[in-house]
This record gives sequence, structure tokens and C-alpha cells, in this order.
Amino acid sequence: MSPPGWGGNLLRGLFNSVLIAAGAYSIGIMVGIAGAFGKLYGGPVLRDLLELYTTIVRAVPELVLILLLYFAGTDLINRLLEAFGYQRIDINGLVAGICVLGIVQGAYSTEVIRGAILAIPQGQIEAARAYGMSPGLLLRRITLPAMLPFAIPGLANLWLIATKDTALLAIVGFNELTQETRTAASTTKAYFTFFLVAGALYLLLTLFSNVIIARVEKWARRGMHVESH
Amino acid sequence: MLKTLKIAAAALLLAASGAAMAQAEPLKVGFSPEAYPPFYVADAAGNWTGWEVEIANAICAEAKFECELVPIPWDGLIPALTTKKIDAIMNSMSITEERKQSIDFSDKYYNTPTAIVGPKSETFDASPEALKGKIIGVQVSTVHANYVKKHFPDAAEIKEYQTQDEANQDLAAGRIDATQADYIALDAFLQSDQGKACCDLKGYVAEDLEILGPGVGVGLRKEDTATKERINAAIKGIRDNGKYEEITKKYFSFDVYGG
Amino acid sequence: MAEPATARLVDAGARASLWLQPHRIGLIAVGVVLVVCAALFMRWDWLPNYYGLALEGIWRTLWILVVTCVLGFMLAVPIGLVQVTGPRWLSVPAYWFCTVIRGTPLLLQLWFLYYGLGSLFPQYPWIRESFLWPYLRQAWPYAVLSLTLSYAAYEGEVMRGAFAGVARGQLEAARAFGMSRWKVFRRIWLPQAIYRALPTLTGETVLQLKATPLVATITVVDIYAVASRVRQSTFIVYEPLLLLAVVYLCITGILVFAFRKLEARIPARLG
Repeated sequence: MSPPGWGGNLLRGLFNSVLIAAGAYSIGIMVGIAGAFGKLYGGPVLRDLLELYTTIVRAVPELVLILLLYFAGTDLINRLLEAFGYQRIDINGLVAGICVLGIVQGAYSTEVIRGAILAIPQGQIEAARAYGMSPGLLLRRITLPAMLPFAIPGLANLWLIATKDTALLAIVGFNELTQETRTAASTTKAYFTFFLVAGALYLLLTLFSNVIIARVEKWARRGMHVESH
Repeated sequence: MLKTLKIAAAALLLAASGAAMAQAEPLKVGFSPEAYPPFYVADAAGNWTGWEVEIANAICAEAKFECELVPIPWDGLIPALTTKKIDAIMNSMSITEERKQSIDFSDKYYNTPTAIVGPKSETFDASPEALKGKIIGVQVSTVHANYVKKHFPDAAEIKEYQTQDEANQDLAAGRIDATQADYIALDAFLQSDQGKACCDLKGYVAEDLEILGPGVGVGLRKEDTATKERINAAIKGIRDNGKYEEITKKYFSFDVYGG
Repeated sequence: MAEPATARLVDAGARASLWLQPHRIGLIAVGVVLVVCAALFMRWDWLPNYYGLALEGIWRTLWILVVTCVLGFMLAVPIGLVQVTGPRWLSVPAYWFCTVIRGTPLLLQLWFLYYGLGSLFPQYPWIRESFLWPYLRQAWPYAVLSLTLSYAAYEGEVMRGAFAGVARGQLEAARAFGMSRWKVFRRIWLPQAIYRALPTLTGETVLQLKATPLVATITVVDIYAVASRVRQSTFIVYEPLLLLAVVYLCITGILVFAFRKLEARIPARLG
């Protein structure tokens, strides 16, 4: 029924999905850290703009955002580049996909990280300031490590969402797992089998992620048990 | 069969890149990554082969473009062209007045009749009266979608699918009563195991040049007139030097260029 | 009666002035300019032609949202409950149901149900003779089914936590008063669990709204499909998408507002 070799396509699609998810997740966390700091310590205009960003991204379907950013985003960048006298750049599908999902992820992780920073006992930050730590050192040594245990459950959830959101890129024709499955299924007509196999692959990815997440959570909380005793 | 095709396509690609060495000018050709046999067929290695892939490569080689196939979903092809994500569309896109408002077309490179396919268990033809009360499936944003809306107003429902393959799939599943598409694409479906089991050709629809257009051309941006001239010359070139016929013979027993 | 009304008015006025800081006026001005520019320089001539279809699409989106949320929540209650108190042969399947649905993309589930199951129909001709066939033929039952299952799995997970979080002592006290198990569930356990789950309902329902456009890929004509149709037949790219984003923003705003009102009406002492 199904010619040998289509399994390889699905695995390649899975690899692409993981790659996009990892890229989008990293961008999302960086946007999230910047966004959270902007929301907490930024000026009123910055704070309102960030509020607008997180509200819009969390209210509009990812599919619509992906289409808008995928077509409009690259067009806009190129028009700006041309307006300033630079060469057009060629943004390939992979980069565009990663950036678009990264922007979506960024809105959610802004909220997660903001909440986590607010959960840090204020005394810790004040103590560090009293010791004369510079803002950069404070961020690196105190704020980021201290907020981690509070942020990890939310961030872990965002990773799981990122892996599943990659499927939406099938709608813009990117060769990730869902699109590869669709192509394989439509060529071999074995729709049932291929969708089942793809589902199993996504599930394995989630279960594997859960194992890793449990370990990371344990590691991040290692200092906290002592406090509670 | 597929293997020989693959080798042929690979050889052609090699030849194309060899010819393009002299004056390699990149041209990004957009196509929809969906199975549309025999024009676009995916193989298990993730490569695209088929009549249109070979013709695209032949046209590029003749016009001395270094072509790169860029996958874009069908309904995003024209926006991708106008926003310069791609430079040309070679995806069985019919030349129509409606599309000409946004983009330009080269001369046609093939033209075949439009047909209606339905389940074997029922007998009807491709007339508006016969399709009264039927559920017709078409691919979105195609000439067929427009044709069906204009000529079959009495259809019970017109369902629009992302790909023609999904419409075929639902026809086999019995969810729709008929589908309208390009005859060659439908014939490929009818030749498959699934198509043989469920469906047969009901007939050809009446001609409507305004909607169905004079054939399939290469979609281009309006301002790229130089590219258009080179591609038109290349289409004529491969028609004259026998390349077109050579490729066509591998897939069809008849002339797909049309009158 | 007049006094509290004026007090409230003054209070509202103070809050408004607090909200309307100088930089916000600037931001609003920029926003208005952008909207005016969009209205003047972008193409909206297609709007009158698609007006009716768009309203139909919005109606269908809302309809799917409400039906799947209600059905999904009704499923989520037993799914959450059996995982806390049920026998193994119920709790294990419920656990795996949640894991599988939450571990795979909704788009894939939808395509699996619609095209995957659809591809089996030709092999089993008796399906076409069954009384279910008129429904199996159409696309919306698959859309409703997969969105319902998705909502049930996500909310089921929430309900599991909510049921587990109700203090044991309350249930034991209710039993000690001689209430039957069913009565304890109906009067004590369920209301408290729902109250605990309520804050997550807003978020889950907004997420559900954001999932509805996926049904357009299986030929259900919701508001997203209407926007795609405009995009495809007029080749105008941005305007329909922008308007679509605004429509979803409005629906989300209404949802959040409605849920806030609902939460405010539920007495706080329940928890």
C-alpha cells in the first residue's frame, strides 16, 4: 500500500517541527524577558505598547497572525529596506516561520516571566542593590535565577504549545510534520495511517518533553526545599 | 515508471543547471506543495516531479534562468508573487481576466478541457440541469470555483477545498456528488485505484472563455516585462526544438498544448 | 438613592482621568491617525459585496464556539471527576484521553477525523446506508466533534485539579449530615470545583475561539473562511486579514467582559 521511504519524510518533518519550535521558543523567551522588564520597569508609553502587543497576540488566532506576519511582515521589512536605500533581503520560509511563531510565543512568555519576577521576594533584589550590584549583574545573578522556579511551569507549558503550533505553518506551506504528512497521505491515499503515525510522533515528542521538563523543574527547585523546611 | 521519471527529471535538472552556467540569473518559481498528478507528484525522497516540473525546468533552461522551486500554498501564490516572495508561478494557473487585474501572464503552455467527475453509481452529465441539487466540490480560488458558481446556480452546495486532492478524497468518501477540474488532473485520479473504484467521467462542461481562460500560463509581475519576453520566447523555443513534445510523450498520449 | 449614584459617577470619573494620562491621549491620537490612514489608503471596496457572507461567518464562528464549549465542559466534568475518584478502568482511559488530545496539534486531529475517517468510508459501504450518513457527509459535525474533544481534554485537566482541591473535610462533613453521595456531589463538590475552575474558563474559552479558524480547512465556512474567500477572489491580501483580526479582538473583548460579569455575580463566600 504505502511505498517504503515515506517514514523518512515524516521524520524529516518532525525534525523541522522541532527546529522551528526550538527557534521560536528561544526567540519567544528573549522577547519575553525584554517584554517583562519593559512592562515592569519601562516608561508609560513602552508599558502601554507592550500591553497592546500582548493583548492583541493573545486575542487573535495564531493562524491569522501567521498569515498577516508571513505575508505583510517580510513585505514591510523589504519596503523599509528599500526606502532606506538597502538591497531587498530574501527571507526564507524557515526563518519567517520561526520569527512569526517567536513573536506569538513572546507575548505569552512576557506574561509568564513578568509574573515570575513579581513572585521573587522583594528583599532579595533590595539586598543585591544594597551590595552595590550593577543592574546587569543584578539581572544575571539575582533576578533571572530567582524567577526561574516560578517561571518554569509556565514556560514548560509554552514549549508544549510551541511544538503544536508548528503544525499551523502547514497552512503557509512549510514542510513541517503536518505538511509532510498531508503530502504523504495525499500521494499514497493512506490518509488514516499517516495521520495516525503523525499523531503518535507528536505525542512522543510531548511525552519526551514532559520527562525533560520534570527533571528541569526538580533542578530549578533544588534550593527551595531547604527554605521550606 | 516513477524511478525512470525521477532519473529523467534529475538529468534534466543537471542539463538545466549546465545550460544556466553561462548566464545564471535566479528566478524563484512558486508552486503549491500538493499532489496534483501528473503535473506535480511528490516522491518519498521529498522531491517534486511531474510534467509541469519538467516543463518548468525546460523553460528555465531555455530562457537561461536558474530556477528554484519555492513551495507556497495555492491561495497564497498571487500575494507571494506581488510581494516579491517569488518571481513566477508555474502551477497550472489559468490565464483569466480576473487574475490579470493583479498579475501578468506569459503565453499559454498548455490547455485542456474542463471536466466533471462523479460517483459510478449515479448517471448524470455536465449540464446545469443535471447538476441541480448536487453537492459540487472544487478547489478554492480556481477557474473551476468561479465557473461552478456562475453556471450551476441550482447546485445544493458548492464546497471549496484547499487542494483538488482533498475534493477527490471527499468524492471517493461520498461526501460530495461531483467535482469539476482540469480533465488531465481528473483523469489521473480516475486512473488511480481509488478513482477506478468509485468514480467515472460525467462529461465536459460548456466552454466559457471569459471564466476558463485561453489556457495555462506562467504568472508574472506586471512590471517584469523583460522576464515575460524571455519566458514567452522560451515557451516558443521548447515547442519548436521538440523538447516540449519529448517531455509530453512521457506523460500523455495526446497533445496537451491545445488548439 | 441619588447619593451613591453620584459617588459612583465621581469614582468612575476619577478612574477615567487616571486612565487617560497625557501619553495615552498621544497614543490614541496615533491610533486614530492609523485607522484613518487605513480607511483612506487601503482598499475596502469589496466590503459591500461580502457583508452578508461575513455576518453569516461570524454567526457560524460564534455558534461553533458556544456549542463546543458547552458540550466540552459537560464532558470535562466526568473526565476530571473519574481521574480523582473513579475506578482504574475509568481513570486510566480518562488520563490517556487528556494526554493524547493535549499532546497532539488540533489541526492534525481535525484532519485525522475528517480526511482520515473519510478515507475509510469507501471500504465500508454499510456506513453510507446508516442513519448517521446525512451527518457524516457534512463537515460541521467533524469540526464540532474535534473542538469539543479538545476543550474537554484541556478543561478536564483543570477540573481534575479543581475536584482534587476541594477540602476533604467539607465532603466528610456533608456525609456526616447524612447526605447521599450523589447529593454531596451535586450540592458541595461540583459547585466548589466549578467555582475553582471558573478563572481558567475565560482563558480556555478565548483559546477555543482562537482554535475555531482551523475548521475552515475542512470546508466549514466560518468568518476566517469568508476572509480567505475575499483574499482569494479579490487578491487583496492585508485588508481582509486586518479586519479579521479586529473581529476576533472584538469577540475576545466581549467574551472577557461577559465572563467578568459572570464571575462577579457568583458569591465569593462559596469558595
